Amino acid sequence: MSTDFAPYLDDAPTRPYELSQLDVLESEAIHIFREVTAELERPVLLFSGGKDSVVMLHLAAKAFWPGKVPFPVLHVDTGHNFPEVLDYRDRTVERLGLTLVVAKVQDYIDDGRLAERADGTRNPLQTQPLLDAIAAGRYDAVYGGGRRDEEKARAKERIVSLRDEFGQWDPRNQRPELWDLYNARHRPGEHVRVFPLSNWTELEIWRYIERENIELPSLYYAHERDVFRRDGMWLSDSPVSRPREDEPVVRKVVRYRTVGDMSCTGAVESDADSVAKVIAEVAATTLTERGATRADDRLSEAAMEDRKKEGYF
Amino acid sequence: MSTLLRLATAGSVDDGKSTLVGRLLHDTKSILADQMDAVERVSRERGLTGADLALLTDGLRAEREQGITIDVAYRYFATPRRSFILADCPGHVQYTRNTVTGSSTADVIVLLVDVRHGVLEQTRRHLAVASLLRVPHVVIAVNKIDLVDYDEATFRAVETEIRHVADGLGLIDVTVIPVSALIGDNIADRSDLTPWYSGPALLEVLEELPTGDDPSHQPLRFPVQYVIRPQSGAVDERYREYRGYAGRIAAGVVRPGDEIIVLPSGKRSRVAGIDLADKELDEAYAPQSVTLRLIDEIDIARGDLIATAEDSPRPTRDVDALVCWLAERPLHEGARVLVKNGARTVQAIVRSLDAKLDLDTLVGQPAERLELNDIGRVRLHLAADLPTEPYARGRHTGAFLLVDPQQAGTLAAGMVVSADPDSGDDTDWVI
Repeated sequence: MSTDFAPYLDDAPTRPYELSQLDVLESEAIHIFREVTAELERPVLLFSGGKDSVVMLHLAAKAFWPGKVPFPVLHVDTGHNFPEVLDYRDRTVERLGLTLVVAKVQDYIDDGRLAERADGTRNPLQTQPLLDAIAAGRYDAVYGGGRRDEEKARAKERIVSLRDEFGQWDPRNQRPELWDLYNARHRPGEHVRVFPLSNWTELEIWRYIERENIELPSLYYAHERDVFRRDGMWLSDSPVSRPREDEPVVRKVVRYRTVGDMSCTGAVESDADSVAKVIAEVAATTLTERGATRADDRLSEAAMEDRKKEGYF
Repeated sequence: MSTLLRLATAGSVDDGKSTLVGRLLHDTKSILADQMDAVERVSRERGLTGADLALLTDGLRAEREQGITIDVAYRYFATPRRSFILADCPGHVQYTRNTVTGSSTADVIVLLVDVRHGVLEQTRRHLAVASLLRVPHVVIAVNKIDLVDYDEATFRAVETEIRHVADGLGLIDVTVIPVSALIGDNIADRSDLTPWYSGPALLEVLEELPTGDDPSHQPLRFPVQYVIRPQSGAVDERYREYRGYAGRIAAGVVRPGDEIIVLPSGKRSRVAGIDLADKELDEAYAPQSVTLRLIDEIDIARGDLIATAEDSPRPTRDVDALVCWLAERPLHEGARVLVKNGARTVQAIVRSLDAKLDLDTLVGQPAERLELNDIGRVRLHLAADLPTEPYARGRHTGAFLLVDPQQAGTLAAGMVVSADPDSGDDTDWVI
């Protein structure tokens, strides 16, 4: 992520006093950050080092400039992270002078509060450490980088979304959300999840990354990696994601469209080694981001909805 | 690159909204292979012969179980000419609040009418919502035209009925199109099967609608969201003394040197500079989020409104308003509520409930209470001065939420009719 906010190159509107698409989305996201931060006591931003949370942090920095981002960042560490992403996370937090809170799934497994799943994926195990960290930090607003275009349950999310004292989402009883007036009020014990990127698509995220010249972890760009095939995806050969006997390891040029848990996030074959090439690739793809790379969303037709109801982001 | 158009769908149950949305996504090639695979797989599992496009949008377990849309889903699609944000709103009467949700930010509402049934109560209700919320454009898709053998007379009868209701509600920009969402007639392209229809296809209309108003003709309205005074928390030592007022321009244009007034205090000053992060702007306009610096050091807090000095709203404690009641518990006179308008939240009492809109006659009737989905006219007495103005003058400055002070939920969508109740016309529903 760069500290200077580079001007955008090719996003010219067609008539005077009209904002470009990216400017509209940026303006809306900044507005949301300022509203919720002004009204609530203890916001926190979920920051994983993934592209959406990197864009979130960039927008937050813009919203409160020349002040620092006025809230800490929280990372739920599955213990299966890509080392490049953890390195990026730490450098970014250091550069922006932020406080980083880390909730570790590994701690829960080590002391028996959570059990490793048979399929090895730890994404569903993040919910409890997340909810505990929210309770421990007494956070009343949790900023997340979720986008409605990602998944059909997420398409139903409000921008400011109430969670009850158990962290549960009730999709059948959401608050109406009117104009740009957000009601973030809640009762003691409840909190709100806030999604400033709700109306962005994957392509717009990438166009914004290009326009603002934002640095990302290197694994978003084409590189050589030892991978093996499972469930139609290329998984990284790593200490936390080992191939089975019938899964030969091959060296391929790949990149990641999302960066989550290494054990269930697949790479895509790609030679896109620059932002411009990634934009061209995303514009032409026939697979959604999650369909291409997230094994945990394939668990059932309502996997995301079910996890969100429990308190997942 | 194109600009964004925000559209909301509306209509009764089973008039084919989900099919229309699926058709729009399909015809703009916005459905990716894995999504289509999932739809085909689930359709097969249910014993359907074709792919049920409604499965694309009905994302909740309960929706798929019941085959209905419960909550607004937001979809994104694009043509070479424009990008769209689509709020796919449910048709069931108990979910009308979600239609209000989807419509409040919409540039255009696409209302489906089944050509076999014509105008229903939900059609009237949704047209009333479009009128009250002043959605700039309304497109009526008269659907299932294939089921009446593309008969012109049937379409014309429905069109006449629609135009009668729309005129009664004061809707101006209304386009009526015969379509078949299932087959794709007049959706992306004009159909050969309706030679008697000379107008544009739905997608053509959507591609050509202008978005937003030209802000250069409006006076400045800038609700102060956040005061930025970093002091020791500055990213750079040079900004230790920085003092800026952050917000999103609700209306108008602002330039350095402009004379402004701060409401409700009434203090005046001039704009010293406009910042968008570390970039200084020569001018800014709605709906940009920026930070204003002023020449004078005056006391300004979140909730204040910065406005053009020579054309500003008069702060008031009495407001006459229309409300869409969105809560399960009814509204009675004397209720204590919170009014959220711009960045300001004030306590209020519902001093009187003047009328409830009768959806059949489209006139106000006396009422003792407002229930879920009712549209009513109320008089609010506020605990503090609110610089607001009629919604007809500003879709942002005249809009408010009613919030439950105890339970914290959102009770109603409100629109200011008059900030000076003694001058208002009690019978006027068209604001």
